[in-house]
Amino acid sequence: MSSDALAQLRQTFFEECDEQLAELESGLLQMQDGATDSETVNAVFRAVHSVKGGAGAFKLTTLVSFAHVFETALDEIRSDKLEAGPSLMKAMLRASDVLADLVSAARNGDDVDAALWRGLADEIAGFCGKEKAAPVSAAAPAGFTPEPLAFTPQPLAFTPQPMAFTPQPMALPSLTPAPAAEDAQAGGGLRILFRPRIELYEKANDAVVLLRELERLGAMRVTCDLSEVPPLDALDPHGACLGFDIRLVTDRDEQAVREVFEFCEEDCDLVIRREAAPAAEAAAAPDPAAILNALRPAPKDTPADPPAAAPAAGNPAEPQAADKTAAKPADPARAAEEAAAQRAAATPAPATIRVDLDRVDRLINLVGELVINQAMLAQAVQGADGARDPAVSGGLDELDQLTREIQESVMAIRAQPLKPLFQRMSRIVREVADATGKKVRLITDGEWTEVDKTVVERLADPLTHMIRNAIDHGLEKPADRLAAGKPEEGVVRLSAAHRSGRVVIQISDDGAGVNREKVRAIAVGKGLVAADAQLSESDIDNLIFLPGFSTTEKISAISGRGVGMDVVKRSIHALSGRIFLKSRRGQGSEFTLSLPLTLAVLDGMVVTVDGQTLVAPLSAIVETMSLDAGRLRAFGASNAVIADRDGFVPIIDTAAELGFRAHRRVEGGDKGVALLVESEGGGRSALVVDAIQDQRQVVIKSLETNYGRVPGVAAATILGDGRVALILDVDALVARARGAATEPLLAAAG
Amino acid sequence: MSDTKDAPSAAPIELVAFRIGAQEYCVDIMAVREIRGWTPATTLPHAPAFVQGVINLRGAVLPIVDLSARLGLGAAAPTERHVTIVVQIAEQVVGLLVDAVSDILTVTPDQMRVTPDVASETTRQFVKGVFAMEGRMISLIELDQVLPQDQREAA
Repeated sequence: MSSDALAQLRQTFFEECDEQLAELESGLLQMQDGATDSETVNAVFRAVHSVKGGAGAFKLTTLVSFAHVFETALDEIRSDKLEAGPSLMKAMLRASDVLADLVSAARNGDDVDAALWRGLADEIAGFCGKEKAAPVSAAAPAGFTPEPLAFTPQPLAFTPQPMAFTPQPMALPSLTPAPAAEDAQAGGGLRILFRPRIELYEKANDAVVLLRELERLGAMRVTCDLSEVPPLDALDPHGACLGFDIRLVTDRDEQAVREVFEFCEEDCDLVIRREAAPAAEAAAAPDPAAILNALRPAPKDTPADPPAAAPAAGNPAEPQAADKTAAKPADPARAAEEAAAQRAAATPAPATIRVDLDRVDRLINLVGELVINQAMLAQAVQGADGARDPAVSGGLDELDQLTREIQESVMAIRAQPLKPLFQRMSRIVREVADATGKKVRLITDGEWTEVDKTVVERLADPLTHMIRNAIDHGLEKPADRLAAGKPEEGVVRLSAAHRSGRVVIQISDDGAGVNREKVRAIAVGKGLVAADAQLSESDIDNLIFLPGFSTTEKISAISGRGVGMDVVKRSIHALSGRIFLKSRRGQGSEFTLSLPLTLAVLDGMVVTVDGQTLVAPLSAIVETMSLDAGRLRAFGASNAVIADRDGFVPIIDTAAELGFRAHRRVEGGDKGVALLVESEGGGRSALVVDAIQDQRQVVIKSLETNYGRVPGVAAATILGDGRVALILDVDALVARARGAATEPLLAAAG
Repeated sequence: MSDTKDAPSAAPIELVAFRIGAQEYCVDIMAVREIRGWTPATTLPHAPAFVQGVINLRGAVLPIVDLSARLGLGAAAPTERHVTIVVQIAEQVVGLLVDAVSDILTVTPDQMRVTPDVASETTRQFVKGVFAMEGRMISLIELDQVLPQDQREAA
């Protein structure tokens, strides 16, 4: 296999790992909340098992070893040998965190400190030691012990077994059909011919585990097929030479049996047949060994076949169909057709597909083009005679509707639920709670709310920081909580919802709330506000977003990592989002984030500045006001301010800031509109523009791809007339203007 | 183009020749993506004088370089008759505003003459070499130099 293909497989493996890890964690959380049904436990087991299986294929031994211990414990919970008590569940959740760490270390090719996982592995192994009943299994070979400290990968644990057999031809009485007939008469008898290939062991699967699993479905009789075992001198100790002939009496259908082999179907020869009547059985399969032999080359003939298309695709309604490969029906064409139909029935339509993100983005780009083109067409027709034709205008309206719908659908492809992000937060909560010695419960709500993939990704850091803050600074110590008459366990609530075309995320805690005197004192002490400043309660709360503000007197390992809430605010702003804090003393604080659903489009105000059409992001604009002479005041040599409800706001001449014309003072006689914007740091400014044209959604286009960064410009877009319009970067404009206000000489030179 | 490894200089190359005022210049045809008519550009703030602005090229934002201004021949006054040559420079796609496309030439690299040792730094900076064809002098543009340095680094 080329290294390219291997790298791609590896990538897929890690992508799947992420999914499995998410599944694992949500399953464990459900178990922690008391879900003990086998469905949940099985899902958790499967997740760990898949990670282990894939890791084995890529020879990631650390990952395999740890996953193995984890899996063993889960297996015992599954078979009711181990009780999923709170302390075990806690360890399990930590194990899922460690597993995630190991996966990401493996992905990055980092070395892992054994201390990271060995201790936890021992701890979990300790739980397994206290199992309720000794494992009694007829199929358990002497070589297999659930001793979790044996970190030897599975294949090694199993290989000694073939050696234990005398390599002599043996009489195998149970291979005769007689006992099968008995079983068949007793009820739904299934005959399973299972021959593991070496790949199965290489992927850290174990035939014994599978057999034990099968046993749980009903009464089972296993006969080991030794016909392939070579004489000792020719024995490859790493080879796979055992086959198993299994007779299973069960009321479960074939699908249930197939699920047992779900992860290794590719790596073994597997025939599952229902033993309907002894006569039919005898006719169809006189000798299981012959079938096994006949089967051997089959997978090589059709290597492209997916595992689900294995010969005996399960269809309980048609038990005889499973015999297809063994007993060929007369008409091969019909058989192929049936097999195809069965394949379709056996593999339920996949709920998701994996698509290269580039393709989605190309589609989004094209749809953006379509929207622009549609607008241009509409504009052109309006000016022409065609507009009077009801068929034309009706058609145009419909086109407008359709393009809008297509655009929304395409954007939805990039949309992802916030669930994985919220799950990460539950891990953060566990870690920080452990580190601070506080008791914390995380309640999440609306985790299925969908947002653009990039938004989800870029929310991780700010959200992590806010959750850390909520626990570290927000929640009181258990003793203080009790003294305040609150339950010992603090609650952090994380919720998300769609609200008027945006997504609103709230992080709240039931802690002490913002200590306003302290915050004010710190802000004054650091020179962030004047000592006699008139500040409302919410003004004081929002001081924590100022750069250089940090309330912890001692730097703690948890929140004091050199980033403050100002960084959080900046990252939210970078996503065209806004952040607010609401706090009540003694009752807790609540952060509210309001974010756009997508970064591909933006709600903007289309304005004219010195003959140029520009777009100002609506998220930055607080209000608009006319340049009323009564409100304007000259301020200093070249500046002016405008009166708003709360005071005076500095005026920024947008055209001058963008270098379209020389700087001059905006005067009362000027025509124009002021856009009142709130920028980073919370300050307000008034951007003066000539006129407001429109308010609309625009498609964001990168300027940097072909040109580079332009100061004061965030990106570009294409308007209905096909021309490029620039999207203003309000924060940068304001910062630039402020710099110019303090250092006019430098600004003039720049 | 040719598999002969011992004589790479003999492999003919094709050039797109165009006019700026009375002078003729050319670029390697392999760098040219398309040639289109002039459309008004949106002015970019704080851009060098030779950057006319940006236009919409089927959804991509394309910067337009006024090659006349870039070569120090004075800013062009673009009309409908001007032409934009869309070229690929490394990872970027840029439009070059010129007066008109004049010719497509097939030459061999050994026909290229070194840039005459003129005093103008600007001219020497942008001209890789010159070709003499039927009494005309055609200068090969050094495309890497066309965009301002900091802009290429920023992108």
